[in-house]
Amino acid sequence: MKRIFVKEEVCMGCRLCEIHCLVEHSKSKNIFKAFKEENPRTLPRIFVEEKGTLSFGLQCRHCEEAYCLEACMSGALYRDEKTGAILHNKDQCVGCWMCVMVCPYGAIQRDLNGKKAASKCDLCVGKETPICVMKCPNQALEFRES
Amino acid sequence: MRIAIIGNSAAAVGAIEAIRKVDRSAIITVISDEPHSVYSRPLISYFLAGEIKAEQLYYRPKDFYEKSHVRTLLGRRVVKAAFGEKVVQLENGEKISYDRLLISTGGKPFLPKMEGLGKPGVCTFTKLEDAKKISSLLKHAQKAVVIGGGLIGLKAAEALKKKNIEVSVVELADHILSLTMDETASSILEKALKKEGVHLITSNTVEAILGDGGVESVRLADGKLLKTQLVVVAIGVIPNVDPFKGTSLRIEKGILVNERMETNIPDVYAAGDVTQAYDKILKSYRTIPIWPNAYCQGKIAGYQMAGKKKYQYEGSFMMNSIEVAHIPTISIGLTDPPPDNGYQVFKKLDRSSGVYRKVILRGDVIVGAIFTGQIDRAGIMTGLLRDGVKVKGFKKELLSDQFGFVSLPKTLRKERLLNLK
Repeated sequence: MKRIFVKEEVCMGCRLCEIHCLVEHSKSKNIFKAFKEENPRTLPRIFVEEKGTLSFGLQCRHCEEAYCLEACMSGALYRDEKTGAILHNKDQCVGCWMCVMVCPYGAIQRDLNGKKAASKCDLCVGKETPICVMKCPNQALEFRES
Repeated sequence: MRIAIIGNSAAAVGAIEAIRKVDRSAIITVISDEPHSVYSRPLISYFLAGEIKAEQLYYRPKDFYEKSHVRTLLGRRVVKAAFGEKVVQLENGEKISYDRLLISTGGKPFLPKMEGLGKPGVCTFTKLEDAKKISSLLKHAQKAVVIGGGLIGLKAAEALKKKNIEVSVVELADHILSLTMDETASSILEKALKKEGVHLITSNTVEAILGDGGVESVRLADGKLLKTQLVVVAIGVIPNVDPFKGTSLRIEKGILVNERMETNIPDVYAAGDVTQAYDKILKSYRTIPIWPNAYCQGKIAGYQMAGKKKYQYEGSFMMNSIEVAHIPTISIGLTDPPPDNGYQVFKKLDRSSGVYRKVILRGDVIVGAIFTGQIDRAGIMTGLLRDGVKVKGFKKELLSDQFGFVSLPKTLRKERLLNLK
């Protein structure tokens, strides 16, 4: 399946991926409303790790043998049969954080704004290319077969 | 091929999903003494607290069995097995033949010998029926005593508190969560629980449940009496091996299984809380009754039963995630190692904010960790532990709030981020 890969050598740490990811997953999909009006504000599902001049964006790797799927005791996490992406049903999630405990990438976050629930990358289901890849100004993110 | 699965929880679902990935034709039968479609037992505390509705208890969509082509015998109890004839027998005498059998009967509450245990008003807390029973008793209860300050006991206590019941937790050890945490982490949670109004009584135990008919009080080991109308026994769970006692199945604490989830009997597999399997940190066979382990073992058993031999169990380790009194805590592996046995312990504690992090190394590899108050990205640590990654070059980073892949040497980072499994 196609996954997102980062090239840390060319990531500048501008965090535009985080901003566009947040907007894409907001209700309005409008950058101003997403930040200034929507409450609770959604979380970006990609986050940039940074140390000195080193930086890179990281999000769910959509593992083939996914620890999070095994650990999710509420049944909120599931694999989309068509795309292979691991998706999350917020309504079913109780915030037990088992997924946070087992994800070797640390790519599942706790969303504590509004209903307590896990938050993770959905590969922008329905879009040909995930928004973070599309909007990266330096092509530090690649969407390709793994 | 006919595959029979006894049990209907995480391990059973893991097996069914694995089998159906590689085999559409095997005839799968699930037998469970509970009448319900597959639900999540850990969710019963959320259900009791009124945080989720009954529909949310279900772990898989309603059409799960149908879509997976699984025949179900729900509300039917297996009473014995004749492994030689490859048959299990139900309570009504009906016999089910199998070519391969998976025993995933889970755990059952451990009940000590105690006066008054049979009284109405005394409950356990592992199944949906238990939550329903407690719910129905709440109308006539103002106080409850929970015996056992482990994960189940504390989740029960919190749920009862949310139902406006005055709760006391009685724990034999000198701190709560003594099997999963160290004293420091426990003390943070204890403080928060007390602030929420839960009474904690440690280094003590309930000796007798008293009352004329129903429950009126409990007598503690130190002689003290606690008034209560409800008692929840949550001392621990033990493998549910009842139907197989007296057979040739090898059972110590649980059913012994190898890396293929095979028992000592040909074509009989076991998975989940009922097993005793390899712990890769303790390097011994033990019960590890946790959800991720049950699903994973079930998955391996499923692949093996379907003839996919390359999927093997590499051993597991204890881990738990629990949120008590709004404080999230994750504990992984060996959290409280014996002193000076070649372990190196790193700790960081901020008492005022209740944030605590501890990492335990043996040689150059992580063998345990605790995250209290701040748990984000704890999974990276779990991953390093699971894979036995040498952390020599970045030991000092392990306690950092910013610990992440930036903390790893470049080759290791690239290997872990780019070579996906």
